[in-house]
Amino acid sequence: MQRLIDRMKELLADGTVVRVLGWKKGDLGYNPEPHFFNSAEELDDFIYDGFCGANLSKYMIKGSNLEGKTLILLKPCDTYSFNQLLKEHRVLRDKVYIIGVGCKGKLDIEKIKAQGIKGITSVKGAEISGKCDELTVETVYGEKKVAYKDAMLERCHVCKGKEHKIYDELLLDSTDTCDGDRFTDVDIIEGLTPEEKFEYFRKELSKCIRCNACRNVCPACSCRKCVFDSNKFDSEQKANVDPFEESMFHIIRAFHVAGRCTDCGECSRVCPQGIPLHLFNRKFIKDINEYYGEYIAGEDAETKGPLTDYTLVDLEPGERR
Amino acid sequence: MSINQEFKPKIVAFCCNWCSYAGADLAGGSRLSYPADVKIIRVPCSCRVNPMFILRAFERGADGVIICGCHPGDCHYSTGNYYARRRMTLLFSMLDYLGIERERTRVEWVSAAEGVKFSTTMNEFVSAVRELGPNRRLGDLRCKD
Amino acid sequence: MKKFLKSELTALLNAISEKERVYLPVSNAGQTNYDIYNENSKVDLDTLKTVKSAKEVFFPQSETLYTVTKVDKKIKITQEELEKEEFVLFGVRGCDVKGIEVLDKVFLSEPVDSFYKARREHGVIVSFACNEPEESCFCKAFGIDCAEPEGDVTIYDCGEYYFWNAKTEKGEALTEKLASFLSDADEAPVKEKQQEIRKITGLLPYMNISLDSWHGEATSEKFDSPVWADIYKPCIGCGTCTFICPTCQCYDLKDYETKNGIQRYRCWDSCMYSDFTMMAHGNNRTSQMQRFRQRFMHKLVYFPANNDGMYSCVGCGRCVDKCPASTNIIKVIKAFEKEEGVK
Repeated sequence: MQRLIDRMKELLADGTVVRVLGWKKGDLGYNPEPHFFNSAEELDDFIYDGFCGANLSKYMIKGSNLEGKTLILLKPCDTYSFNQLLKEHRVLRDKVYIIGVGCKGKLDIEKIKAQGIKGITSVKGAEISGKCDELTVETVYGEKKVAYKDAMLERCHVCKGKEHKIYDELLLDSTDTCDGDRFTDVDIIEGLTPEEKFEYFRKELSKCIRCNACRNVCPACSCRKCVFDSNKFDSEQKANVDPFEESMFHIIRAFHVAGRCTDCGECSRVCPQGIPLHLFNRKFIKDINEYYGEYIAGEDAETKGPLTDYTLVDLEPGERR
Repeated sequence: MSINQEFKPKIVAFCCNWCSYAGADLAGGSRLSYPADVKIIRVPCSCRVNPMFILRAFERGADGVIICGCHPGDCHYSTGNYYARRRMTLLFSMLDYLGIERERTRVEWVSAAEGVKFSTTMNEFVSAVRELGPNRRLGDLRCKD
Repeated sequence: MKKFLKSELTALLNAISEKERVYLPVSNAGQTNYDIYNENSKVDLDTLKTVKSAKEVFFPQSETLYTVTKVDKKIKITQEELEKEEFVLFGVRGCDVKGIEVLDKVFLSEPVDSFYKARREHGVIVSFACNEPEESCFCKAFGIDCAEPEGDVTIYDCGEYYFWNAKTEKGEALTEKLASFLSDADEAPVKEKQQEIRKITGLLPYMNISLDSWHGEATSEKFDSPVWADIYKPCIGCGTCTFICPTCQCYDLKDYETKNGIQRYRCWDSCMYSDFTMMAHGNNRTSQMQRFRQRFMHKLVYFPANNDGMYSCVGCGRCVDKCPASTNIIKVIKAFEKEEGVK
């Protein structure tokens, strides 16, 4: 990580960039926050470790309006989101200097806590320079060990690969973390009866508190005014007395990012109620792949998205290939 | 089954102004019948149908939703129905994934000359939905009678 | 002081729920929240913090207030019925009990909120001492002792027994109803447990955070501070912190048109949202920085200014656990500490 900090300081010093968009150390050992660093001194609080799961690309919408160039740190999966934002002209390429940083899988503190670990005072073993195979969690109730893999975010188990799709330079090493297929859960649900499907989603969605965290964190959700925030329609219903609105919100949210969703997994990461929101997005991705050919949103910044394109011989709704 | 016999499904049909709505007109003019449970909403193009329209229809108690537009290649605006085709393919697949049976949603291309097709399509669709029974999965309880 | 065997818990809950509703932490699809108890409920009293706080029992996320219908060309307004059945709110932690006290200040002062008041009058609060407080807890900073929570009855988890201490008339009445389950007990194990808990709270990182510079008179000095412009930046403007907070009480009133009249309902609103307090002339807080500032100023400055120094934060630490961007009230307090320390 020192190499990274030195390089960032260098770029600040030679005037290539005027600020750094990275992660700032938290106070619990597992809660770093996205931060704009404006000087080399501020970088003393910089951190990049297993807990830096937050995707910074969306902050560059704000960053693109700031004076001067911003240095942004992107993990391999974040680069897909960034490409997608570029494609939609929501960020400006000449306003950023991208350092692609390596990734050894990002951690989910909820998964650590789910193992009954409470009162955490520090976590060791999440350093990016380390081997990343075991975490040592210090708590006021004693020391606990957790396998790195068991604490990893769901999305890292089905990682798209550790290759950066856009960058100016690369730093730090990655380790492959993929050990599953991202469509397994979608397949399982597709195999259920309508009753079972409905019951499953009803149960999950009934937890929704309409906090909009999934929408606000999503790099693909970048409308200036969301239809669910606009008082010009009756769609702005906030938490409603009837559960219909929850279903509506989540279907529309997923539909609106269909073909643009890079499956970065931020929605599921931030949901305070642990709703597996990626299941909606992945269903669309799976269908798009099946019906219109393999498509990975954000692989580049030019290709037309599947929903802004068509062919004369597309499937009819309801047909299966 | 006796309940289903009496059950009259509520169907919302979004019809494109240029083809299908005229097709419905022709069906009427030709004295072809289709069930009165089908409520037609005229839209400028099948492409105008926002996914929210479909969800709102279900919210308000629809048992089935059908979208009718010009045949691919015949769109008044050249390409509208091509986009609609992709969108609705994905949306209906998603609804199916959430437990709203595939048979409750449908897209059909009906030209202004196809009064017969309009009538048979609606009859077929209504009986398919009747077979399934009332939709209880996406309705808003407050809207029940 | 009374006690009952832990193995008797289900029988005790069944006994209460025969006559009254019981709200308690229940696990559903992997998350624990307050819900009405029934025999199939997966009761979860071990999870320290439910995702949503206990406030939703008295102040639900959304509720219909009245319905407007048209009868013979006249408008008819039908108000929803007020709560009139007794219920028990079981397993509330000390911070959430204090949170309800904060809500009382808002909803029970003039003009009184009749929906809230009816629920408060009919609800009995059975609180739980926290055996294993967590790193995100800082209730002590607000004068709450999680080893000795308020409430009508307090339960202490000691070994194979739950100790039961009725503190109010309502609590005594509940004790009487459950007399067959409860036997007299000695206070010693409870005192011992409390010692243990207080020892742990001494070790937790946030418990002793200082609020000295935050008070009702600090408005101008805090409001104009340059610190806000720096610390708001990670905020993504979602409403997670406000919706899981035990003291956030802002709501919106909305109409919903059913086929049989219009229902006016209220639902929680969040000061983090761009349309919050939207008026005809627009919005009085136009940037996320202003909205972010509002939330913390309200909790630590404006509220104490209007309520004899009572903060509208109870240190439950839910926002610390759940913020998607890991920013929270503790980081705000610390950022000001740093800034003011430098001065």
